[in-house]
Amino acid sequence: MAKYITRRVFYMFITFFLIATATFFLMKALPGSPISSASKLSPSQLAVVEAKYGLDQPIPVQYAKYMLNLAQGDLGNSFQFKNASVTDLIIDRLGPSMLLGTQGLVLGVALGILLGMIAALRQNTVWDYGSTFVAIIGISIPSFVFATFLQYWLAVKWELFPVALWKDGWMSSVLPSIALAMGPLATASRFIRTEMIEVLSSDYITLAKSKGATGFEIAFKHAFRNALIPLVTVLGPLAAGLLTGSLVIEQIFAIPGIGEQFVKSIMSNDFSIIMGTTLFFSAFLIVVIFLVDVLYGIIDPRIRLSGGKD
Amino acid sequence: MNHDLQKPPADSFERIQIDASHAERITKPSLSFWQDAWLRIRKNKAAIVSMFLLLFIIIMAFVGPMISPHDAKTQTITHANLPPKVPGIEKLGIMDGVGVLAGKEVDLYEMKKVDTYYWFGTDGLGRDMFSRVWEGTQISLFIAFVAALIDMVIGVAYGGVSGYYGGRVDDVLQRIVEILYGIPTLVIVILMLTFMEPGITAIIIAITITGWIGMSRIVRGQVLKFKNQEFVLASRTLGATNGRIISKHILPNILGIIIINTMFTIPSAIFFEAFLSFIGLGLQPPEASLGTLINDGYKLIKFQPHILLFPSIIISLLMISFNLLGDGLRDALDPKMKD
Amino acid sequence: MEKILEVNDLELSFHTFAGEVKAIRGVNFDLKKGETLAIVGESGSGKSVTTKAIMRLLPESSSEFKNGQILFNGKDLTKLSDKEMQKIRGKDISMIFQDPMTSLNPTMTIGNQIMEPILKHRKLGKAEARKVAIDLLRLVGMPKPEARIKQYPHQFSGGQRQRIVIAIALACNPQILIADEPTTALDVTIQAQILELMKDLQKKIDTSIIFITHDLGVVANVADRVAVMYGGKIVEIGTVDEIFYNPQHPYTWGLLSSMPSLDTAEAKLYAIPGTPPDLLNPPKGDAFALRSDYALKIDLEQAPSFFKVSETHSAATWLLHPDAPEVEPPLAIVERMKKFPGSRYYEGTEGGTY
Repeated sequence: MAKYITRRVFYMFITFFLIATATFFLMKALPGSPISSASKLSPSQLAVVEAKYGLDQPIPVQYAKYMLNLAQGDLGNSFQFKNASVTDLIIDRLGPSMLLGTQGLVLGVALGILLGMIAALRQNTVWDYGSTFVAIIGISIPSFVFATFLQYWLAVKWELFPVALWKDGWMSSVLPSIALAMGPLATASRFIRTEMIEVLSSDYITLAKSKGATGFEIAFKHAFRNALIPLVTVLGPLAAGLLTGSLVIEQIFAIPGIGEQFVKSIMSNDFSIIMGTTLFFSAFLIVVIFLVDVLYGIIDPRIRLSGGKD
Repeated sequence: MNHDLQKPPADSFERIQIDASHAERITKPSLSFWQDAWLRIRKNKAAIVSMFLLLFIIIMAFVGPMISPHDAKTQTITHANLPPKVPGIEKLGIMDGVGVLAGKEVDLYEMKKVDTYYWFGTDGLGRDMFSRVWEGTQISLFIAFVAALIDMVIGVAYGGVSGYYGGRVDDVLQRIVEILYGIPTLVIVILMLTFMEPGITAIIIAITITGWIGMSRIVRGQVLKFKNQEFVLASRTLGATNGRIISKHILPNILGIIIINTMFTIPSAIFFEAFLSFIGLGLQPPEASLGTLINDGYKLIKFQPHILLFPSIIISLLMISFNLLGDGLRDALDPKMKD
Repeated sequence: MEKILEVNDLELSFHTFAGEVKAIRGVNFDLKKGETLAIVGESGSGKSVTTKAIMRLLPESSSEFKNGQILFNGKDLTKLSDKEMQKIRGKDISMIFQDPMTSLNPTMTIGNQIMEPILKHRKLGKAEARKVAIDLLRLVGMPKPEARIKQYPHQFSGGQRQRIVIAIALACNPQILIADEPTTALDVTIQAQILELMKDLQKKIDTSIIFITHDLGVVANVADRVAVMYGGKIVEIGTVDEIFYNPQHPYTWGLLSSMPSLDTAEAKLYAIPGTPPDLLNPPKGDAFALRSDYALKIDLEQAPSFFKVSETHSAATWLLHPDAPEVEPPLAIVERMKKFPGSRYYEGTEGGTY
């Protein structure tokens, strides 16, 4: 296991290094100046501003500096918000994004497991078709379409929830969380349904039945745990999906989160924020996928003692 | 276990000779893999309905702009922001050209003295939404199909080579994939799009740049599985060339999985295109896809909900149909699920 | 001897996409206290389905009892509610499965898996149940049971896992133990160990065993009586001597001829031609007729009923009808019959040693 973890951590660093390098050079190759008011400045003024951000130095020097700073957790300064550090800007906006992400994930996965269980235990009944239908809808309808309609009906038409902005405390987080939850809900319920059906037809379930176990014991004591363990493997893709969702959903509900800031900085060519957020997202996903793999090894007794899987 | 006292006819106990080949006769007609799959998918109502729905949407994407009396690009400012109005259905009280103006319901067609019909209404520039929605569908479908095709070609080739040749080649190729796989798709797509000139090509490149990895992993796994199976070894012992083994033995066996995976790539490409267009990284006007139409509609949701409604319905139907059809295909083609 | 289980005219069908599969088409047998009944037959003959039907382990959505009774101590198991059946499973009737690699729950310690039926049916406390579980493991020959009870199935070999499955089956001293090909998935040496274990345990705890197998060698080793199944029916039933040395049904002849043996000089092994019948449309007459060298005209018209050979032995073949012509069984069978007192080929007086 230790050998496996070391290897994985090594690959994580290589991946991250490559992303950082690629991000840096892509940004350098971008057309247009990052300095928003470039056209208004005279060449000499521009030179002063560029010198201030280190943009006058040769690219390799800029790259080395960037990487050195990165190693210390410094993502540089924003071009838009007068000298604000990108790291601080991201940390400032972490709160709402984290709240929405966590609420969406927990709500979605919990409901998804429930729906998937019901579908598998009541296979080929109305329950099954109903929950399969919900899952298909959840997978198919793009989160931004769903979010828009939630906003239109529940907030604008029926006025049950605040329309947008982050002003009404927890109530503001309800609709965006629901919109974010749809993806995880659909994925989890489809996954659990398939796993449960497979587990329920396995030999050890027949053996459990032959011991005289009741339907309830079969479902929860024997099948549930075995169906649940592999669900861990989709947590990585789910986290990636949440990030994607957060970009549009924070936009739709005007939530001061990382995603909204990212989209804005793309529009305004704010290189440092784009780079910083990109790296932050990458690091987040890389770590999540790593943790998921390790977690899987810990909770599945078959992997626990026999070392890492490959 | 009682002795039956029935009296069978006297000649009943003559011995007969039974042709052994008679017993070997197989009563069920033998079906090829694809015939069998077709029988299965035919029983899956959801998949069949999806197939017809998809066919309808694809046909409409081409025919729709032609049958509408209005052009997608003509801007008739006097006809701006009209709600949908359809002959016939208007009598039912829906799609009758009535919209909300300053808090009151009025027949906007009457008010603006428009005596033609806009089936899906018009947008802020007076363009016919019906034509625009179907042209947008065309673009979205085009992007999705091309992206899925490229993913498939690269993925199958890469995974196939990696799995079939194995050894050092596989090692190198897999290390590369391992690193690429760690890079979040979203991040790379956004980076690529900020870098490239926005347009259809840029979106296709952005979607496919990491999209093929999933396919290559699946294909590699399958090739590894089949290449060591007895029938391949047998064929190799009989002197079959690599080309023959790949085309006659391995490819037919993994074709099902390739098709299933491609079926799921298409909706995810549709989604990614719409997503990128929605956050403003996708197509730029005047080009329109379902994503940009939804983005336009979103800005006007309070006043002109119909602009959002129709592209949203089409994209949702497309996604649902592709997913259901993909599910149906998986059940029909995946031998593991065979009963 | 007292009959503990009686299966009468059992008919059972599966509903599939293709139609109704008549998997069991009128099965009759009984099981006496303390005896071992082997059910033999090729794949698809209905032997596994019969026992799963006794345990009521077939999926309720697709299987249907069409007719007949399964009487356990006078109670008809086909009529019991799920609740009542759960009280019998694992307590009065328990089962050992074919593949020990897949029949244990991979995420539960084997201790918990053995303790489950004990806690459920014997109303013991956790600590006591644990003690019983350790005793059981020791009984089935597992070394260091105290330590191993905390381990997961993947930490055991196939043979050890089958011992664990047997321990689970024996946890509540069942009156009937159903063993569904318990040795098929194991290595030959391990097979012998498991068979020895089962014979040994039967002496110790006095349970009746239904032993399903397609391996006639195993049958000779463990069984008191043998039922031969073909096409969803029992075609011949009798004591192990009667089946091995005085078989009457052409299918039993085929089965025995296809068994390799040391004392037959023949180099070539006999194979029964053809394939088992399609139970979607079972043949009208004798299901085996199409593959038989001894088919009579009536075999194609009418299914034979049982003809008694002795008090303990009967077979369902028209060849035993008084009007039927006398046929000569295959050579290997005649050789066997020569050793059986009471058969028409019996010669000498040394008796039926086997």
